[in-house]
Amino acid sequence: MRKSRRIGSRFFMGLVFLFLYAPILLMIVFSFNAGNSNVVWQGFSLRWYEELFQDRTILQSLYTTLLVSVLATAVATVAGTFAAVGFYSMRRRTRSVLMNVNNIPMMNADIVTGVSLCLLFVAVFGLWNEFAANYRITLNLFGSLYRITFPELSLGFGTMLIAHITFNIPYVILSVGPKLRQMDNNLVDAARDLGCTWMGAFFKVILPEIKPGIVSGALIAFTMSVDDFVISYFTAGSSVSTLAMEIYSMARRRVSPEINAVSTLLFVVVLVLLVVVNLREARAEKAAARRGA
Amino acid sequence: MPKELIRLSDCTVSFDGEVVLDKINLYINDKEFLTLLGPSGCGKTTTLRIIGGFQAPTAGDVLFDGVRINDVPPHKRAVNTVFQKYALFPHLNVFENIAFGLRIPKADPETGKREKLSEEEIQRRVMEMLEVVNLKGFERRRVNQLSGGQQQRVAIARALVNQPKVLLLDEPLGALDLKLRKDMQNELKRIQQAMGITFIYVTHDQEEALAMSDTVVVMDQGKIQQIGTPEDIYNEPKNAFVADFIGESNILDGIMRADGVVEIFNRKFQCLDKGFLPDEPVDVVIRPEDVDIVPEDQGQLKGTVTSVTFKGVHYDTIVDFYGFKWLIQTTDFCPVDSHIGIKIDPDGIHVMKKSQYSGLFGDYSSYSEEYDEIGDATLEPEEEEEESHEE
Repeated sequence: MRKSRRIGSRFFMGLVFLFLYAPILLMIVFSFNAGNSNVVWQGFSLRWYEELFQDRTILQSLYTTLLVSVLATAVATVAGTFAAVGFYSMRRRTRSVLMNVNNIPMMNADIVTGVSLCLLFVAVFGLWNEFAANYRITLNLFGSLYRITFPELSLGFGTMLIAHITFNIPYVILSVGPKLRQMDNNLVDAARDLGCTWMGAFFKVILPEIKPGIVSGALIAFTMSVDDFVISYFTAGSSVSTLAMEIYSMARRRVSPEINAVSTLLFVVVLVLLVVVNLREARAEKAAARRGA
Repeated sequence: MPKELIRLSDCTVSFDGEVVLDKINLYINDKEFLTLLGPSGCGKTTTLRIIGGFQAPTAGDVLFDGVRINDVPPHKRAVNTVFQKYALFPHLNVFENIAFGLRIPKADPETGKREKLSEEEIQRRVMEMLEVVNLKGFERRRVNQLSGGQQQRVAIARALVNQPKVLLLDEPLGALDLKLRKDMQNELKRIQQAMGITFIYVTHDQEEALAMSDTVVVMDQGKIQQIGTPEDIYNEPKNAFVADFIGESNILDGIMRADGVVEIFNRKFQCLDKGFLPDEPVDVVIRPEDVDIVPEDQGQLKGTVTSVTFKGVHYDTIVDFYGFKWLIQTTDFCPVDSHIGIKIDPDGIHVMKKSQYSGLFGDYSSYSEEYDEIGDATLEPEEEEEESHEE
């Protein structure tokens, strides 16, 4: 009776993992397939990876992805850290309200975030472009005339970057906040007492204390940026595309095993980042437990 | 003649309309060891934070050496603080913790130039300080590898190395065990005398306050109840709150019949107090150690022993006199239910004016060991934190 139940639960667990990982496993395996097929195994080969690295559009989209992720992570980490410090010094009630407001964008469906950002950009740019088309500034400098025209704006890398920064900031705040709350709140007072200005205290005392949270936050933000598709799709316009967008458009044209290769690479990158984040957290918890004991 | 260094005049602090400090007037002399003593939430930490510059008074002035410093930020004040639970920087070792203040360029008061201390100077002063607090050889240790007492010493060294005129200490011994507390009390007193600077010390532990201070300021409900030397505070408490908070006391209702004569339980007692109105109702304090137990027929009052607790040096004996329970500390053992008499010398009786605290304290009918423990406010740090958090 007991035994059969144990077998049953194991079987069920196996089933869950099969459904979770079989598709990914299949994709990884067939990314090394020598043939064109996604069904018939024709021997091991790195052919698709080679083709991948000769594909200009893919390399270009990889570059775009990395650039937008790095820039968005950098800006969001700085902004999110300062926001978290600001939240921390507020009254508890205000802080908990703001934390809930902070959490909404993370819960919100990506497609809603993407569409709403897109609408905002289009609306603002519409107004701006109308203004730019009708106004010019003529300057008379040292006898010669300069004509300054305002540039026309459209969706592109800039808007996508803003969108990425927007959705990354809440993750940084969420990751830095607990570190601040764990910090002895007399530390800042102690630093100021010893001669620091508030800013001095921030760099000399708060920053070293919350650094693990900042690094975790940055890693999570980077991961989110790298694997985002929906929000990028709505805010990038037609001129730039990220790796995720490129995979999507490739899949619409034809199901090439090249997709398997590029998806595998993306999967590995995100996996590695997540493992790093989790290991760091586990180590920090252990250290905290030791300090407590 | 001691020189006045700090003065608080009519300092009031309120958070959201709730008054935490109510028109505090206090002056502190140079080289004085002054203790702010009171239960949790009495405003003692807030007073300290005003002097440190972490809390601006809602109304009133803070003067340092005669100069108003209300708006001077903490990093520009000639005071340093030893915080509750030490607040050492966990990412720095012992040496760097102590050197923290020295590494920050300070503006020269004469030239106004911001100058950095040389590395040799920092090295010399930190080492000197490590010697003062008996921590030589610990400079490379991480602070979370130190015991509570050692962390305490680092915190003191970190503050003192900046050569402040005043050291503020916020319940510095609160997290230490009893034996270590006693040692550190002596240590602190020694350091204060060796350095020759002013210490302002916050505690809720009355024994600590009496043992260390030149002056004790007893506070409750945001008001100063009494300022005086430890002897004054113990022997001449101003009201029932002070009498109850400092040591054990039996506080009884009495009527002042004449100068030097007070009536308790319809019996007249000789005392030394003068200057009350005829027949004025008063509070009478009788310390448990000032009561002599005598055979029943020789006593000024007669009562029945209801409980006896052995305390080592003496017995805590609770005696019922006409329904009012007294605590008497005596070396004579009197068994429970025995009938005894007591005698009180005139200098064992202290008469106080009636106050808002009359009738709240001084009866030992609910006395027990646990009660004593709770009275020592073990929950203190939590609540105190709340108070400082809400600004």
